[in-house]
Amino acid sequence: MMLATRAGDRSLLGRWWWSIDRWTLIAVMLLAAVGAILTMAAGPSAAQRIGLAPMHFVQHQFLFLVPALAVLFGVSLLSPKNVRRLGVLGFAIGFVLLVSTVLLGSDVKGATRWITLAGITIQPSEFVKPCLAVTAAWMLSLAREKPEVPGRLIAALLYVGVCGLLVLQPDFGMTMVAAVIGFVQFFLAGLPLILVLLAIALLLGVAFGAYTLLPHVAERIDRYLDPSTGDTYQVDVSLRALQSGGLLGRGPGEGSVKNLLPDSHTDFVFAVAGEELGLLVCLGIVALFGFVVLRGFSRAFKDSSLFVVLAVSGLLTQFGLQALVNMGVTLQLLPAKGMTLPFISYGGSSLIATALAIGMVLALTRERPQDWRPMP
Amino acid sequence: MTDLATENWKDSLMVEPPLGVESNQPLSESRAKRPIEIARTRLLVAGTIFALCFAVLGVRIVDLAVNDEAEIARSTTGREAGTLGLARADVVDRNGMLLATNLPTVSLYVDQTKVIDPEDAADKLHAVLPEYSRDTLIKRIAGDARYVWIKRSLTPEQEYQINRLGLPGFSFEREERRVYPQGPLFAHVLGYTGIDNRGLSGVERGLDRSLAASDRKTPVMLSLDLRVQHILAEELSRAIVDFKGVGGAGVVLDVDSGEIIAMVSLPSFDPNGKKQQDDPNQFNRVTKGVYELGSTFKAFTLAMALDYGVVDLDDGYDASMPIRIARFTINDDHPENRWLSVPEIFMHSSNIGAAKMALDVGATRQRAFLKKIGLLDSIKLEMPEVGQPQSPTAKEWRDISTMTIAFGHGVAVTPLHLASGIATLVNGGFLREPTLLKRPAGVPAPGTRVLKAETSEIMRRLLRLVVTDGTGKKASAPGYLVGGKTGTAEKSSATGYRKKSLISTFVGAFPMNRPRYVVLAMIDEPKGNEATHGFATAGWTAAPLVSRVVTRTAPLLGVGPLDEDAAPVRHEMMVNELSSGAKLASF
Repeated sequence: MMLATRAGDRSLLGRWWWSIDRWTLIAVMLLAAVGAILTMAAGPSAAQRIGLAPMHFVQHQFLFLVPALAVLFGVSLLSPKNVRRLGVLGFAIGFVLLVSTVLLGSDVKGATRWITLAGITIQPSEFVKPCLAVTAAWMLSLAREKPEVPGRLIAALLYVGVCGLLVLQPDFGMTMVAAVIGFVQFFLAGLPLILVLLAIALLLGVAFGAYTLLPHVAERIDRYLDPSTGDTYQVDVSLRALQSGGLLGRGPGEGSVKNLLPDSHTDFVFAVAGEELGLLVCLGIVALFGFVVLRGFSRAFKDSSLFVVLAVSGLLTQFGLQALVNMGVTLQLLPAKGMTLPFISYGGSSLIATALAIGMVLALTRERPQDWRPMP
Repeated sequence: MTDLATENWKDSLMVEPPLGVESNQPLSESRAKRPIEIARTRLLVAGTIFALCFAVLGVRIVDLAVNDEAEIARSTTGREAGTLGLARADVVDRNGMLLATNLPTVSLYVDQTKVIDPEDAADKLHAVLPEYSRDTLIKRIAGDARYVWIKRSLTPEQEYQINRLGLPGFSFEREERRVYPQGPLFAHVLGYTGIDNRGLSGVERGLDRSLAASDRKTPVMLSLDLRVQHILAEELSRAIVDFKGVGGAGVVLDVDSGEIIAMVSLPSFDPNGKKQQDDPNQFNRVTKGVYELGSTFKAFTLAMALDYGVVDLDDGYDASMPIRIARFTINDDHPENRWLSVPEIFMHSSNIGAAKMALDVGATRQRAFLKKIGLLDSIKLEMPEVGQPQSPTAKEWRDISTMTIAFGHGVAVTPLHLASGIATLVNGGFLREPTLLKRPAGVPAPGTRVLKAETSEIMRRLLRLVVTDGTGKKASAPGYLVGGKTGTAEKSSATGYRKKSLISTFVGAFPMNRPRYVVLAMIDEPKGNEATHGFATAGWTAAPLVSRVVTRTAPLLGVGPLDEDAAPVRHEMMVNELSSGAKLASF
């Protein structure tokens, strides 16, 4: 019966609805809802602190929620082939923007990450990441289909290029994320084990190099290893907030950490969640992120297209890694590192870019006849 | 990395799935399948790692929810531990009445790097905090330190005013402040804490570790009784006013447990107010001050002579003539000028008799005895303010020392020493360390026997005799069978003893048929008044004070009145060996 309905429904939306991964969709919607609640809680005090109208961040976030959901839905309608095309196009534009950001971007808190386009300030690195993952996946799968194309070399160059630009900003966190995505994609594409080990050593080496060469990175890590060496105010406050919330939280809007932490609406939004909604909701948020990542992986596992497997795993690695790092910092499991919590932290670029990535994941994991191959 | 990857690519692919499996398959098919198979296998690995990471986050959240307290302590730095660690245990009396607790308060600090205009900020702050001069404020505000205290413990009004100034760089820190609801009443016992809530004096210092470490749910319970403390302080301060004394000390001590039930040193100070380390009122006369306590020491001389078997109650000494030794003359203050029996020597407080008695015991044994009952060593107490008794060394302890020490000159001890020593005399002969902590009821306190039980028995009768027929009649509190000993000593100074500067002490115990509590009152430099016919001696000043304290506190302490004239009670307190017929008649 069910099958008949599916088969019988030939409309665009009908086919979308019956082939999309509805569970992931629901999980993502829940995350967006939690994000909206927390922006309403943390936004006003953050806005007042920097002299904006109280509802500034709230209005912006809701304003961005509409295009974000549109992007998510629109992209999820695409066929894998069109996702690939979108990815390549997006990467091309994003890369250019990234270069211009480094050359003439605006300086926010000591780093040039933002660029103003037609009156809108955007952070190109947010958009480059998902498009890069798709483009690299295509190149890596193309190398399989057509051995004469130097796909792996191209993919490697793309990653090196993006990482280089991110270091110049400097945005060490994003660089690490991009490097890890690249590593996962190469790993899945069959990188020999000896090279896998080498790559891990390289990542560790880069991390160590950053520790020794970049003072602000070293300071943060020292602080994490030995809290007495520096000001651990933010992390301490966030941890205390999490605990003061208890299991059920103080109730939305009742917390105080948002008044104490400058980045409560972005990097430390998870602490606000813990204080106001309680540790049970925090567990729920962790579970939702874990679910989205693992559900996507399992859908990809069943897919016979290498491009889909690589693209989905790259996109979800980015999504999952940002979530892990953000929550790990708030829970004092990792050194302090500013990273947005997908769908939940305030930020238009981050929200739309995440919607783009998840839209791509949804599009790629739709049920389809399994003989599809990316066209060369 | 890239070059290497492309070179080794094809060969390495052959290794991935187990060789045994793929050799069964046609070559072309296995080639086509292999990349996606590898990707799937490795996807499993990546998925597992992700799952593990999310699981770690989950475990961490549960961990935080379960043991939050420990986590905060571990994760915070020194400074924050200081502010968080303010949770200091309450202190309560033996009945659970609150003696010390914490109140939330707000303190102002500045992050100097964020201040835009220090002079402007100082001007504005000066208007709210006029106690700080503009220059002082500028000194604290200008610079590049991240954390400088401006003022601790603001009033809510000040907090509001400063908040209204909207100065950048200034923040408030929630703190806790120690408060003492009983004010000066327990000031010397409790002491006080510093600005960082660490104990500086008194019990706050002595028990600092346990007060700071314990979680605030379990208050520290002291042995003191708020009601008894209040009565003792009231009577003592009244006596000081009446006799124009410069100070006073009072103790109520449980003879069986060593618990200090009340301990008052006057004048006192307000522990909630501004405190100066050199404030003379903070001096604890009970535990820190050492005094030559005069004739009260005759109780120890008697007990010593009886315990060593040097005298019996029917022995006696000729007290008709003053003793002249070297350049000293030993006189009696209440001269009878005749032969006195041992009980009479005590009753009339004869210096001559006591001196002769001590001489018979000998210097070595006297010193050993005083040491044995704890009068030559400082007392271990739950506070740092304990005085070291002053006494001659074994070499200096000559016959003249032996004689003067017999009536309380030449050895200086704290009033607490005296109370503790008298407790030993009347409690059956056990030395027990005094304590400020409540002992569990029903558990016998540890003690060492330092006196024969019979000696203690006789001492009870002799101490009672002083109140019924001797120098301490005004200490009598009908129904409570008070016994005790007066002591009036001249204060010593660099130039010798000062005739008009007295220390008048009465130390007593009640009820003497089965003593429960020692009560000590000491008045520093009392002056006689009309009511005492100009006398400032202990029998006129300290003794009536003890009488009133006993009458008022005995019901609170669970000691019921008894008929002092009932035959069995009189029999218990009987002393036969008196030479004067008139005295005998009263028994």
